[in-house]
Amino acid sequence: MNNILTSGVSALLLTMSFTAPAADTIKVGVLHSLSGTMAISETTLKDTVLMLVEEQNKKGGLLGKKLEAVVVDPASNWPLFAEKTRELISKNKVNVIFGCWTSVSRKSVLPVIEELNGLLFYPVQYEGEESSKNVFYTGAAPNQQAIPAVDYLMKDVGVKRWVLAGTDYVYPRTTNKILESYLKAKGVKDKDIMINYTPFGHADWQSIVSDIKKFGSTGVKTAVVSTINGDANVPFYKELGNQGVSAENIPVVAFSVGEEELSGIDTKPLVGHLAAWNYFMSVNDKANAEFIKKWHAYTKDNKRVTNDPMEATYIGFNMWVKAVTKAGTTATDAVAKAMIGITAPNLTGGMALMNENHHLSKPVLIGEIQENGQFETVWKTDGLVVGDAWSDFLEGSKDIVASWVDPINCGNYNNKTKKCSGQNY
Amino acid sequence: MSLFLPGKLGALAAILTAALLAHGQAATADADAVASETATSITLSQALTGLQAGSFQDKEDVIAQLLTLGDERVLPILKALLSGDLSSRENDSQIYMLTESDGTIAATDALTGAVTAGVDKTSYKKITINNKLRGKLRSAIAQLSLAHPDTAVRISAVQELLDHIDPDLVTLLQERRALELDKKVVAFIDIGIAMARINADDKQQRLQSITILSDSNHPEGKRRIIALLEKDPAGKFLETDPEILRAAQQALKDIEARTKLYGFAETVFFGLSLGSVLLLAAIGLAITFGVMGVINMAHGELMMLGAYTTYVVQLLMPNHIDLSLFVAIPAAFLVTGAIGIAIERGVIRLLYGRPLETLLATFGISLILQQLVRSVFSPLNRSVETPSWMSGSWEINSLISITYNRLYILLFALAVFAALVLILKKTRLGLQVRAVSQNRAMARAMGVRSDWVDALTFGLGSGIAGIAGVALSQLTNVGPNLGQDYIIDSFMVVVFGGVGNLWGTLVGAMSLGVINKFMEPWSGAVLAKIIVLAFIILFIQKRPRGLFPQKGRAVEN
Amino acid sequence: MSKKHTMPQSLLALPREDRGGRIFLGILLAVMVLVPILNLGTDADNPIHVSTYTVTLLGKYLCYALLALSLDLVWGYCGILSLGHGAFFALGGYAMGMYLMRQIGERGVYGNAELPDFMVFLNWQELPWYWLGFDYFWFTALMIMVVPGLLALVFGWFAFRSRVTGVYLSIITQALTFALMLAFFRNEMGFGGNNGLTDFKDLMGFNLQLDGTRIALFLISAALLASAYAFSRYLVTSKFGRIIIAVRDAEDRARFIGYKVENYKLWLFTFAAVLAGIAGALYVPQVGIINPGEFSPLNSIEMVVWVAVGGRATLYGAIGGAFVVNYAKTWFTAVLPEVWLFALGALFVIVTVLLPNGLVGLIQQRRNRKEATA
Repeated sequence: MNNILTSGVSALLLTMSFTAPAADTIKVGVLHSLSGTMAISETTLKDTVLMLVEEQNKKGGLLGKKLEAVVVDPASNWPLFAEKTRELISKNKVNVIFGCWTSVSRKSVLPVIEELNGLLFYPVQYEGEESSKNVFYTGAAPNQQAIPAVDYLMKDVGVKRWVLAGTDYVYPRTTNKILESYLKAKGVKDKDIMINYTPFGHADWQSIVSDIKKFGSTGVKTAVVSTINGDANVPFYKELGNQGVSAENIPVVAFSVGEEELSGIDTKPLVGHLAAWNYFMSVNDKANAEFIKKWHAYTKDNKRVTNDPMEATYIGFNMWVKAVTKAGTTATDAVAKAMIGITAPNLTGGMALMNENHHLSKPVLIGEIQENGQFETVWKTDGLVVGDAWSDFLEGSKDIVASWVDPINCGNYNNKTKKCSGQNY
Repeated sequence: MSLFLPGKLGALAAILTAALLAHGQAATADADAVASETATSITLSQALTGLQAGSFQDKEDVIAQLLTLGDERVLPILKALLSGDLSSRENDSQIYMLTESDGTIAATDALTGAVTAGVDKTSYKKITINNKLRGKLRSAIAQLSLAHPDTAVRISAVQELLDHIDPDLVTLLQERRALELDKKVVAFIDIGIAMARINADDKQQRLQSITILSDSNHPEGKRRIIALLEKDPAGKFLETDPEILRAAQQALKDIEARTKLYGFAETVFFGLSLGSVLLLAAIGLAITFGVMGVINMAHGELMMLGAYTTYVVQLLMPNHIDLSLFVAIPAAFLVTGAIGIAIERGVIRLLYGRPLETLLATFGISLILQQLVRSVFSPLNRSVETPSWMSGSWEINSLISITYNRLYILLFALAVFAALVLILKKTRLGLQVRAVSQNRAMARAMGVRSDWVDALTFGLGSGIAGIAGVALSQLTNVGPNLGQDYIIDSFMVVVFGGVGNLWGTLVGAMSLGVINKFMEPWSGAVLAKIIVLAFIILFIQKRPRGLFPQKGRAVEN
Repeated sequence: MSKKHTMPQSLLALPREDRGGRIFLGILLAVMVLVPILNLGTDADNPIHVSTYTVTLLGKYLCYALLALSLDLVWGYCGILSLGHGAFFALGGYAMGMYLMRQIGERGVYGNAELPDFMVFLNWQELPWYWLGFDYFWFTALMIMVVPGLLALVFGWFAFRSRVTGVYLSIITQALTFALMLAFFRNEMGFGGNNGLTDFKDLMGFNLQLDGTRIALFLISAALLASAYAFSRYLVTSKFGRIIIAVRDAEDRARFIGYKVENYKLWLFTFAAVLAGIAGALYVPQVGIINPGEFSPLNSIEMVVWVAVGGRATLYGAIGGAFVVNYAKTWFTAVLPEVWLFALGALFVIVTVLLPNGLVGLIQQRRNRKEATA
């Protein structure tokens, strides 16, 4: 028995310290949950990266080498995200990681990626208030989603009364804080703003929808700005539909509901509700049509939809490819430096630009839900909107800027105290 | 393209230029001039052309024009536009209304009414609308439907108009009232007229209007009454007539009181509805856990499989969604019941006498089932359609309405409960189940095949989980995580009600639902749930075997 | 629930011949010597190098092992199946996390020396009272033990006195951790909501990102696990331990003989909760984050599975189970990312059905057979 146990432990130690021989490939880490609560959203992004890698290899790879994807499953478990990041970088020696969805997973990965000087592309809309030397944020910051949406509702729809409904976590909290201060700056009174938070996966919306209905029955145009996350949306929209809250009476504009989420909902009662994104599958553009065609071929499913985080992954991947080509190496520092100022095509036409704060400049679109689960674009910003890492509407962060070029070279530089704080390297 | 054109083009300019150029872009001064000449005599065909080219603002103007035409072809066109069936054929830009039946699409020419069957949908381009247009369209359709032969249609038309009443509409309503024979419709029309007359000159009319509005409970009526009670900056009422003031104050008080009463009734219903969901989720568990002593952590996953069965049934009968649930209920029962029997025969049978270990094994099974669904159906949620008879709500009056899906699920839960009680009380299987659960050795001695009874009992509990899944598919996501969301709540309900007692489960589920809903307004949804959990923990200290403890010898082990 | 046949009798009969324990302590000692040498003393290219990744991974397993040990004490020896053990673990973790947050000082992203970052963006003006004191390590160390211990004491006092047993107790411990999870998810609670506490910089002045600190944490975890093991072994073989086992096997008889059953249960439960709290406190600096997910009832069930897989009422079985299941998880999620849940689920089913005494029972059986044939 002694032998069994000791040999077992030594075998365990050996396998764990085993490092794969450095083959002549460029390794791309994929850090998306394939099981657990987030698998529903993240699995698609894993497939997207795999498709992009395959495609790049067909074009002859990168720097004369083939790309090799390394997929792990952090299982919607936040500490596991940190562990898997360490595994990808120090054991599998990946050159870049595409991954994370939730803010907490990114926060968990952040110290590790900074310590090991890795490279992470984060493709999801998020609350901002962050800019890391090692992370490129290709999803929307609040000013690229929330503020244009509210502007649209205020100007084009004439909304004067607001319900800010969200799931109780950092993204809705921050977004609602920003919106609250933005609305007040525009002269909206306290009594015309109703804020409501619900837990993850909230399934019983009867009372809240009934409250929203009452709040919206004063004769003043009311809208709901929803930062409700993932699974809670289906019962929310079902309840809205059944209680007769139609998009003409009280439109709901959502920041976390895209084509993928709609594909799991019976959309008939939702027609006319809104979403703000940087991309809609329905956008009529050549690059988009091509992308959709490839996606259908890759998934062997003609009904699979595309969505905004997929576009963000696509942009991020292409930017990385360009930056590596430009730098001539996959070394993190060189690539990170080359990334700034790189452009890559959006799928909605035009080019996205990587700014010095590691956020993108992208157009913002607002769409109405159609019966077929697609969005019909009803409004679009005139040009590109520059992603703002630190919101101008938050007390703590309005003095902070991010710039990863000289002379500032810092992710959170305080313009007032002239100090750079909170860096981990 | 023209979707994003900045600024407003003159509507008629767009119509005309659209007709001339088929691209509503080149809005020039010339076009404007031409437009103003023909402004008065717009034809249906011109309007239709305008619909397909202009911006949303242009379309809105066209709809207003269409209303004035007085052409009976307008109504079906507006309806088709609202439902998204109005399309323009790509080769000649003619407008058609598309209708689908049995998989084939028929195109009706909007101008001539000529029908072409079996057309290809891809060669038609849908005419898009937005929310604002939808509102306008609904209002326009309501105006045109005031003379509809069906009373129900007329009532909903008047109701639609009540939400945004204006002097023009009041005139329209008055005209209709003179012709209207149905009392109900007249009553609704009177509400609309009262909204206008509340500010009339005649005092008697005003008082009467206040009474009508007060009785109607209509939110717009309430707003008009509140408007009567406005004060000037100095704090004096703008209204000078004391009698009107008094009447308005009284009316407002009455409305508030009724609102409160109906609000209370509504909360009770919400609570019962939440309770019915808990009941459905817990009742299967009450059998496997309460009667057999098996802690089935895969119970939630069995519900999930029931929901997926609904999805598959709908895939198999896409043209009969309304009937799908009636097929799905027995199907889900059989599928999950069979899986339950398989689990019992394959795993749980080997673990009798070790109840806590069934927890571990079934936890493993729940992981496997989750991953199975992920591999077979993809990790994405599946869309389960709601049959038409389950959507919408039953509007009892302006203050209270009950959503059909919740109502049916409440009734359904009670029916399942009753059926289960009957099975356990009145059938041979029920007798044997009770015998085995009370004293296994004795039951065996009396000739009961206890392993057979175990398998069937577990199958029954699992089958009911499947039925619960069918109901949940109408309320929430159908995805791999569906089960996890309900498993803990179900255990709480069973333990709270008392293990081994179905009535306890019923009372437990309903009271937890109602408590939760009454606390939610002042504590918020999360805190309400936390408090309920704390309450259960404390309650178990007081009554360690739940609300209705099982009595007798079986309790001891 | 208290069935004698689920117990490996022979092991209980020979408590002083703790062979499995000696083997376990031997291995632990070897690892404690080897890992630091191979991590700090060799180059990364060296084939025998133990990477920092492995060190943090092992450190995490050690914390889980300590947690499993504490669960085995209450479940294996006293028959209290706690489905809320994760709550004590998480509370210890949060106490440590709060200390680590205070250590950040003005190095947070907003550079606010007074408040942690998440309070700054929630516009909090001052530190809530329950955060006071977490600037000091001694206070934190105290809280790591007091908070879980106190919760267990209060909860146990109510539950055991009312004679809530068996499945009922399991379910209300589950309700406890579920309620705590919901509470900690709330941002108003002042514990960072869903994001929890993260972005730690240093512990008692040592930078958490240095290999030396990691090795130190690893060694402390291992040493604590060893002493906890030794003490637990002492506890279960003492008179106290025998009464505890008596309570497990026949609670009513123990009560009739005149033992205050509630008190025995209560103290054991509280001690286990303190151990779990310490495990959580060591876990947090090594994985770098604590968030309400740790309270999730599923986590607590998983802990029970570790113990069951290893083998109950042996102490080292629980530790082995924690290592095997977690290593399997690490390995499966990397090698079979798409289908690893099948493997894990099957493992649970097979172990419970075929190995009622866990892996330790399997080894035991083999040895017995060998001895019989020899």
